[in-house]
Amino acid sequence: MNEPAREIPGIFAGLVATARRDLLLAWKRPGDVLNPLFFFAMVCTLFPLAVGPTAEQLEFSGPGVIWVAALLATLLSLNSLFLSDFEDGSLDQLLVSPQPLPALVLGKTLAHWLTAGLPLVLVSPVLAITYRMPFSVVGVMMLTLSLGTVSLSLLGSIGAALTVGLHRGTALLSLLILPLAMPVMILGANAVSLAAHGDVYTTGVWALGAYAAGSVSLAPYATAAALRISNE
Amino acid sequence: MTHKLSADNLTLIRGERCLFSGLSFALQSGGLLILEGRNGCGKTSLIRAVAGLLSLEEGTVCWDDVPVGKQRQAFHGKLVWLAHRTGLKGDLTLVENLGFERSLRAHSRRDPEEVYERLGISRLKKLILRSLSAGQQRRVALARMLLADVPLWFMDEPFTNLDREGRALVMELVEAHCTDGGLCVMAAHQDVEIDAPTTRVKIR
Repeated sequence: MNEPAREIPGIFAGLVATARRDLLLAWKRPGDVLNPLFFFAMVCTLFPLAVGPTAEQLEFSGPGVIWVAALLATLLSLNSLFLSDFEDGSLDQLLVSPQPLPALVLGKTLAHWLTAGLPLVLVSPVLAITYRMPFSVVGVMMLTLSLGTVSLSLLGSIGAALTVGLHRGTALLSLLILPLAMPVMILGANAVSLAAHGDVYTTGVWALGAYAAGSVSLAPYATAAALRISNE
Repeated sequence: MTHKLSADNLTLIRGERCLFSGLSFALQSGGLLILEGRNGCGKTSLIRAVAGLLSLEEGTVCWDDVPVGKQRQAFHGKLVWLAHRTGLKGDLTLVENLGFERSLRAHSRRDPEEVYERLGISRLKKLILRSLSAGQQRRVALARMLLADVPLWFMDEPFTNLDREGRALVMELVEAHCTDGGLCVMAAHQDVEIDAPTTRVKIR
């Protein structure tokens, strides 16, 4: 111990390592990733069967249905964000690591978005076809969904952190997150509808971008604080 | 460089119950602190509180005479904690788990291969942790301690699940750590035979 202490790896190393570990875990347990994706695809394909398959109805309801399904699918996947870490004690280890906790949280949320948000965005064009969405609108939908799911993952991580110590916190998690998530869904669905009607939709996209930027910069701190509280 | 861990007049209340009050200790480099007490008396809670995971009702914990609360991240850079739950991922292999840990903390100068060899886990490198026995998983958690370059070790019941040989190994490792000028806080039931300046704290 007389030698000079070795350097602690930088903040970026911790962020990348956490994201990498969670991606590796998701790769080894693909079921956790596929469940929300199946849910999303199922809601989107069942809806037209129930309301009727006329072109008008489909074009009218498409953006809304896809966005509601995306929101619910993300909520579904958020519950497990910190749960396994809490149960096997790795959350304790993260909390006593010399890395800044918000960076580790950001790494975890990044992995969550890559495994829960991005697949929704990638599958959505296929589903949009069933709603007779024009090709130009599909691009807008994918853009708003990307920005929106980033916000949802980050905002959701706050709720997931607050409810991690509670058994069956799913309902509470949804209640906590919905007020924050609602604007994302409204802005996103609205922008896609406007684009479908040929109106100006950029305002909504900018607003979603601002929401995502705000979430990236603030949510990790809130989540880190919430984790410290709920792990007491 | 010598270090000092001191606790002054700690009081911890969980729910309605007061686990301990007025508890003080001081530990210098090279010293071993053994926490004693029956099951459920608050040994783990004390370790969690000293590590900064539980907020104390009263009292302060100081590292090198600076309150831990004022230097949390720096303090966490000085410690590694062998908890009751190993904190390792069952779906990942030994190397993947420890590789993750290595990107969080300062590395020790020890060669990972030698550490695995010493702990008798070098054959298990490619296996996922879920398939290992509880004792083997504990050895992997011990490897995490040895691979980190930190002066302060927290060990919560380090002998659980270990065979006779493993228990002797843990004592050897702690002894070497203390001889090197490290500090160790250990919660233990068994008689511990470690040749290091030992302080005992009994929690009632």
